[in-house]
Amino acid sequence: MEKKKSIPSKIILVLTLLFFYLPIAYIILFSFNDSRSLTKFSGFSLQWYEKMFSDSTMMSAVLYTIIIAVIATAVSTIVGIITAIGLSKSRRIVRNMVEQINNLPVLNPDIVTGIGLLMLFSAFAINKGFMTMLLAHIMFCIPYVMLSVTPKLRSLDPNITDAAMDLGATPFQALYKVIVPQIKPGIVSGALIAFTMSFDDFIISYFVTGNGVQNISILVYTMSKRVNPSINALSTLVIVIITVALGIVNLVPIIREKKKRK
Amino acid sequence: MKKFRSMTYPYIIWIAVMIVIPMILIVFYAFTVEGNSVASIKFSFANFIRFFTDVIFLEVLLKSLYIAVVTTVVCVLLGYPIAYVIARLPSRQNMILILLITMPTWINMLVRTYAWMGLLQDGGVFSSILSVFGLGDVQILHTDFAVILGMVYNFIPFMILQIHTSLAKMDSSLLDAANDLGADGAKSFLKVTLPLSVPGIVSGITLVFLPAVSSFFIPKLLGGGQYVLVGNIIENQFLTAGDWNFGSAISLIMAVVIMISMFLTKKVDVKASSNGED
Repeated sequence: MEKKKSIPSKIILVLTLLFFYLPIAYIILFSFNDSRSLTKFSGFSLQWYEKMFSDSTMMSAVLYTIIIAVIATAVSTIVGIITAIGLSKSRRIVRNMVEQINNLPVLNPDIVTGIGLLMLFSAFAINKGFMTMLLAHIMFCIPYVMLSVTPKLRSLDPNITDAAMDLGATPFQALYKVIVPQIKPGIVSGALIAFTMSFDDFIISYFVTGNGVQNISILVYTMSKRVNPSINALSTLVIVIITVALGIVNLVPIIREKKKRK
Repeated sequence: MKKFRSMTYPYIIWIAVMIVIPMILIVFYAFTVEGNSVASIKFSFANFIRFFTDVIFLEVLLKSLYIAVVTTVVCVLLGYPIAYVIARLPSRQNMILILLITMPTWINMLVRTYAWMGLLQDGGVFSSILSVFGLGDVQILHTDFAVILGMVYNFIPFMILQIHTSLAKMDSSLLDAANDLGADGAKSFLKVTLPLSVPGIVSGITLVFLPAVSSFFIPKLLGGGQYVLVGNIIENQFLTAGDWNFGSAISLIMAVVIMISMFLTKKVDVKASSNGED
């Protein structure tokens, strides 16, 4: 399959990357614009960042987004690991059933999941707000953690856990000292997926929120009706946070590899 | 072993409450009419009758399907060559490009759609480019084109990645064999590469069509306030009009439409792969 790059294929690649990154570059560039215009760049300025940091709605949206993402990631990672390990020892019927139900939110359009949760919360008379958004995020994050942990569990030798317990480890010790260290890469990637899913979510959050609680996506949606370059600054912040998170996760294994080789 | 098994019980209760009950609620609401105090529950098809007898709703459903189908077709036509070119690169560049294409999908869809709002505005980057060709007055924002462009932008990475995976798995000796047997480039592509990548195309179609049919913020941001697709009606019923019964019925109709489309696509897949084996 490896052939020299021809000119048409080079053009295709350049156009593709241009298409993908032009809007992102545009947002970043115009977040430094010194006028309100979204079409003409008239000079460099940090005023939209100042506006963003002094805008309490924006800052609370950023805070809510981060707090929810962190808690949802932590909870869904722990629950996801425990459930995935439990399932790996369960009967096939149980395993299949849980997998099928887990798949429902993935196969359903987000809007359907969103309205379902909206009706659930109101059926239980839970006030919409921070708590409902957090519960919803935990709900859609857990399947992603399980999806990345389960393959690692499958490749584990079940005898090692038994051996640990024969040697006197309690099931909890066996879990913590034997199983978890071996599935660590799966846990890390699962947690990362959960974090970005939660951080970026719009549709489900939009339906289950209330009481003035907004995450970044909801804020961008409600503010985008009017011209407001602070959204560009906020978007740039989002881009930077996600890029750094991805960078860390992608680079850490490479650096570790290099150190090992030395 | 028993102890490990019991670790799943909390989650089973959790998904019963958080996933199964909401689905039941949607079906329940769809088949009832307003006034849901437990004593006066009335099963009825009124919501469905209302939808299918109103020309406006049917037009919106058709329009949503039309936009989603065009988006999916464009994603296949553009995504295939891109995936093909990437799959033929040396493995290192291959990896970097796949990473570069995955990256934007991690960044908030809403932020990226908002970016297009600025790019497509009158006097924006896009119309300045068009005015070079003497098309300066063409309105782009708030048209079908803008909505489809926004959807293609958001969803094409899924298509590229799926097709790329199926192309990368392909055994390249099959191509050598085809060449040895006298097939030219075009022929070996049509007879070998294309049939083998059909499963990738099909799963790509699923991943593009599903969000395209149900999207509501892309039409709202890029199509403008007057632009209505099925997703916008559902949003409106739940958050503005407050008619959950009708809203649930519409989402159920949408879910059925999606299931039928998936079924048809899968059928094409089976047919195509059995042709490939001839």
